[in-house]
Amino acid sequence: MEKTKVAIVGSGNIGTDLMIKVLRLSKQLEMTAMVGIDKKSDGLARAKNMGVLTTAKGIDGLVKLKAWQDIKIIFDATSAKAHAYNWSVVKQYPDKKIIDLTPAAIGPYVIPSVNLEEHILEQNVNMVTCGGQATIPIVAAISQIAKVHYGEIVASIASKSAGPGTRANIDEFTETTSKAIEKLGRAEKGKAIIILNPAEPPLVMRDTVFTLSAPADKEAVRTSIHRMVDRVQKYVPGFQLHQEVQFDDIPESDPVFIEGLGWKSGLKTSVYLKVVGAAHYLPEYAGNLDIMTSAALACAERMVMNIISNEEE
Amino acid sequence: MKSIYIQDVTLRDGMHAIRHQYDKEKLKEIAIALDKAKVDAIEISHGDGLAGGSFNYGFGSHTDWDWLEGIAENLSHAKLTTLVLPGIATIEDLKRAKDLGVASVRIATHCTEADIAPQHIEAAKKLGMDVGGFLMMAHMNEPKKLAAQAKIMESAGADCVYVTDSAGALLMDDVIDRIKAFTDELKDSTEIGIHCHHNLSLGVANTIVAMEYGANRLDASLAGMGAGAGNAPLEVLIAVLNKMDVPHNADLFQLMDLADDVIRPLQKRPVRVDRETLSLGYAGVYSSFLLHAERAAEKYGLDTREILLELGRRKMVGGQEDMIVDVALDIKNSKEE
Repeated sequence: MEKTKVAIVGSGNIGTDLMIKVLRLSKQLEMTAMVGIDKKSDGLARAKNMGVLTTAKGIDGLVKLKAWQDIKIIFDATSAKAHAYNWSVVKQYPDKKIIDLTPAAIGPYVIPSVNLEEHILEQNVNMVTCGGQATIPIVAAISQIAKVHYGEIVASIASKSAGPGTRANIDEFTETTSKAIEKLGRAEKGKAIIILNPAEPPLVMRDTVFTLSAPADKEAVRTSIHRMVDRVQKYVPGFQLHQEVQFDDIPESDPVFIEGLGWKSGLKTSVYLKVVGAAHYLPEYAGNLDIMTSAALACAERMVMNIISNEEE
Repeated sequence: MKSIYIQDVTLRDGMHAIRHQYDKEKLKEIAIALDKAKVDAIEISHGDGLAGGSFNYGFGSHTDWDWLEGIAENLSHAKLTTLVLPGIATIEDLKRAKDLGVASVRIATHCTEADIAPQHIEAAKKLGMDVGGFLMMAHMNEPKKLAAQAKIMESAGADCVYVTDSAGALLMDDVIDRIKAFTDELKDSTEIGIHCHHNLSLGVANTIVAMEYGANRLDASLAGMGAGAGNAPLEVLIAVLNKMDVPHNADLFQLMDLADDVIRPLQKRPVRVDRETLSLGYAGVYSSFLLHAERAAEKYGLDTREILLELGRRKMVGGQEDMIVDVALDIKNSKEE
């Protein structure tokens, strides 16, 4: 089977990690071009060394490459702002799709373990955020058992794994993740918090999910969460529960006041996650890179299956 | 020397001491009394800043908007201020606070992560606000590097940058070294602030040495009402400034009365140096972890100090309250093995 050609725009931490994944892991994708804006970036240098075409002239440089016409999928690993422009360019080529790894969220959200099948025909899909990829499957798993009034996630990432794009997009992270907790996690209200921890040696990415749901069978909730963890592990092997699921009953006599919802009682579920990175680019502490790029890769491969089966018809 | 500017944090840091449960009317009454006693600025929000209400940090008894509403128009001397932690609150939240009359804001980051603040500092300046950069857990970064972080905040437009001793872990020389590094690195026009916690009983002493080396914005709270062993107690700080003949605007006796008659009765868990709060300062742990760690210790049958020391060993930073239960479970599981 012929591989489908892909390009990555953005030669920072995320783009470089994704490039290595495509080269090492993908049986369906061919890593054709790496696009940056800084000639001296480590990502572009690595791409050259690995025999990948490069340009330091952004998406406009990519369009001018001869290889452009055969590229079917463009991964955007730039920033929310840059994505708006990159999309305006790619949009003009109906045979190409863009998978957005920034929190720009122009296209619909995709989390492979939750809704991969829904948007495979879209031309632009958004991979939410690293914290969203790690936590929203859990919120969705709880929603399968009980109505989730409120879903809150806390993502702690190592400072070393947060490049300038991530740092300039902190609000976009919390806003996009919160919305996706509602949309894909099916929580009535979502809230996201991100923390950068500079400890040396760097700490492995941690994510915590808290939900307040209608009272529910705790064993059913626990089972649903475990099943979801297994699903995510299929494309992110380092994704794991760090503690057994914790429950607290919040009685009607002692409710909590949640902005936008008022006084609420029910079942509080706490889920302590850990994402050990595959260390394709940054070391294993950078689970935030790994889960994002693994999700994007899974999404691209599913889209490619569809493109190929259409061509065969 | 720049004139002394006293910022009260009773109604923001003090939130931690009562799990963010100030009654709206009570809070308003305290704010008006503080204004009458002529503190220069009054900070109001959830203890973890705007939008801090959450499972992670504790839900407040009201929203920030409810607490802030109707305050600014009742102040005649003091500026109404608030706190923003990028990663928790957004620029949208800041705009909403501005619409409620907030004139000054502090943008807080961990002491090594100032480069997540420029977006927020620039936005606040664009809104016409006075802006402080708030470098938390300042004991975790050495003076020169801390000053380099302060420079990032200054470059983004901050009018003032704070040495924020969130863990109450700095000794007096540590404070002096950091303030000196700030005066070396920052422009003369940029003010320097100090925010202390009293975990090693150095809240007032550290504030005073900071002032002597060039800080002019001093944080304090009534009866120390704040996270851990509290902040520099405001009434004590004012008494010391009086004895030093340092000019300021505040009225000592009014503040003493407020501290004893109004604030202390609210403290269900006394705000004081005891084995738990001392452990915070001793181990260099974020003071706001206190009540969460006490709850986890009770739930899982552990000693609060054990949890706090382990959090310090793992180098947890402000905002990682979720890791308190995580650490408690790790300790419990290791004991059961």
